[in-house]
Amino acid sequence: MAYDKFQILTSSAVPLPLENVDTDQIIPARFLKATKREGFGDNLFRDWRYNGDDTPKADFVLNNPTYSGKILVAGRNFGSGSSREHAAWAIYDYGFRCVVSSFFADIFKNNSLNIGILPVQVSPEFLDKIFQAIEADANAQLVIDLPAQTITIVATGESESFDINGYKKHNMLNGFDDIDYLQSLKSDIQVFAEKSLY
Amino acid sequence: MSNAASTLFDKVWDAHVVRHIEDGPDVLFIDRHFIHEVTSPVAFLGLETRGIGVLYPERTFATADHNTPTINQHLPVEDPLSANQLRALEENTAKYGISHWGLGDPKNGIVHVVGPENGITLPGMTIVCGDSHTSTHGAFGAIAFGIGTSEVEMVLSSQCIMQPKPKKMRITINGQLGKGVVPKDVALFIISQITASGATGYFVEYAGEVFESMSMEGRMTVCNLSIEMGARGGMIAPDETTFAYLNGREKAPKGEAWEKALAYWKTLKTDEGATFDYELTYDAAQIEPQITYGTNPGLGTGITKRIPTAAEVKDGEASYKKSLNYMGFAENESIIGKKVDYVFLGSCTNGRIEDFRAFASLVKGRKKADHITAWLVPGSHIVEAQIKEEGILEILTEAGFQLRQPGCSACLAMNDDKIPAGKYAVSTSNRNFEGRQGPGSRTLLASPLVAAAAAVTGVVTDPRVLL
Ligand code: SF4
Repeated sequence: MAYDKFQILTSSAVPLPLENVDTDQIIPARFLKATKREGFGDNLFRDWRYNGDDTPKADFVLNNPTYSGKILVAGRNFGSGSSREHAAWAIYDYGFRCVVSSFFADIFKNNSLNIGILPVQVSPEFLDKIFQAIEADANAQLVIDLPAQTITIVATGESESFDINGYKKHNMLNGFDDIDYLQSLKSDIQVFAEKSLY
Repeated sequence: MSNAASTLFDKVWDAHVVRHIEDGPDVLFIDRHFIHEVTSPVAFLGLETRGIGVLYPERTFATADHNTPTINQHLPVEDPLSANQLRALEENTAKYGISHWGLGDPKNGIVHVVGPENGITLPGMTIVCGDSHTSTHGAFGAIAFGIGTSEVEMVLSSQCIMQPKPKKMRITINGQLGKGVVPKDVALFIISQITASGATGYFVEYAGEVFESMSMEGRMTVCNLSIEMGARGGMIAPDETTFAYLNGREKAPKGEAWEKALAYWKTLKTDEGATFDYELTYDAAQIEPQITYGTNPGLGTGITKRIPTAAEVKDGEASYKKSLNYMGFAENESIIGKKVDYVFLGSCTNGRIEDFRAFASLVKGRKKADHITAWLVPGSHIVEAQIKEEGILEILTEAGFQLRQPGCSACLAMNDDKIPAGKYAVSTSNRNFEGRQGPGSRTLLASPLVAAAAAVTGVVTDPRVLL
């Protein structure tokens, strides 16, 4: 599935200062029954966001108009749990393009990169600074510069660099996905398959 | 290949690298691909949008499990959305010539149960599935891990995925497990020690006497839970136990092919002197029956212990308090004696024959507590048949239990098997996340023995007092 290129993103951010936000919270299993990739954004954080009778929970951050933006900032071990790519789709479809945390679960990180969400891993100290900046000003701007691999808090000018492997970076910058690449390797793969023991 | 000592993981991984990309992932060839109804439809849609096909349909196996009812499976599925997903799987597999064990098929069951029991899973393979508990298959000395739907599409179209090579961890446990301590306890113990993210970025090899003397079912339970410590997967070197389990299984190699495979499988072990990025060692004597009290699998402890204070756990204070608040528990409380409403025996973690044997051994001659609702769900039809053949069903019936039909069931509560809000479930599954077993449900993860003890006493009980 093609996604928009990611270059430099300047945006305010939505804070979710909780640890171990798992994929069952991001999108509960009962919303995985679709056979198309549609409408997942509506059910992002469903059970934190809505009461049982579908009325919004006023104290959940997505229901607070003070906060908005294309960046989600969350506590450590974000995205643990299931391999459901629906979690990343829900985040993308809601309108986020980047998730910042001090630690990501592996599969979530992979899924995000595959669909065009940039996971930015920062130090715990820098994460605290971001939360503080948002607390001081709900509209605090962050700059995610993918070519330079840096994240900056505009108000204070504080900055940190983040890791991404060269291949994935190239893909994100250009909106490419792995399937096009793998198609180009088909003859190599067929030779490999011939020798396979299984 | 160099002569340097290498690990089991390296041997299998390196044998599957089609291409290494500088400063990027490896292109990894996948021997076996499992699919199910929930994470595959969008991948098939992607193939159609791109106008590409399935490269090796004979390497993919489909089963319906996540979204299937566990009673009256012979009737049409009532929920239209679930029915639609099941139909999509049937149509997609028919279209591309992929083997499909749908609802009602005698081979149907949970993907991680049916793969091994039919000999599809073999040592030295790379195995993936759009499900994080694919790590289960590592019990056979395979590299097996969960993938997302984009990757399902990659495997269908190219039989490869692109993965950076993970780091390696070895967890060694020597000694002998005590009475009433079973493989589930070993895994929950490790997770409680290293937290739910303690092995993130790593692939784990389990080594030592405890794993060497474990049955294949037990090894599958342990490898299954690797993902709950954050690891991509876990594996155990194949040995005589593995070979004996596989010999004669439907899709395992036969005759000369078996001999050839066997010779190769015997080389699949970590060489003396090979190094890991991280090593952990425990003693079997440290492990007692385990239970979780919080909302991630790392928040667990020995069943006789009290619930730790915020200062004693590695989770942040706010997250920990939220977790206990959700569970309706307080710091320093004893877990033993807590009232239980539901008991769930099943899932790809503990839905195998050995788990039913263990459960039955404890409830035999006792009665289900009146207020307990118990859902006993075999992992597959083959397990269900074994339960009947071995006389386990009679023991269960005698004690007041009923058997449901195979599927994932209350492990993720996508079907009707949902624990009601606020109720407590002692569950043999793998995740105690908020709402995992139904909105508002409260899950205590434990072994089949702890589940059985709760089912007959109605409260959290140390199974050792009943054995
Ligand atoms: S039993 Fe649970 S963990 Fe296992 S495959 Fe089914 S939903 Fe996933």
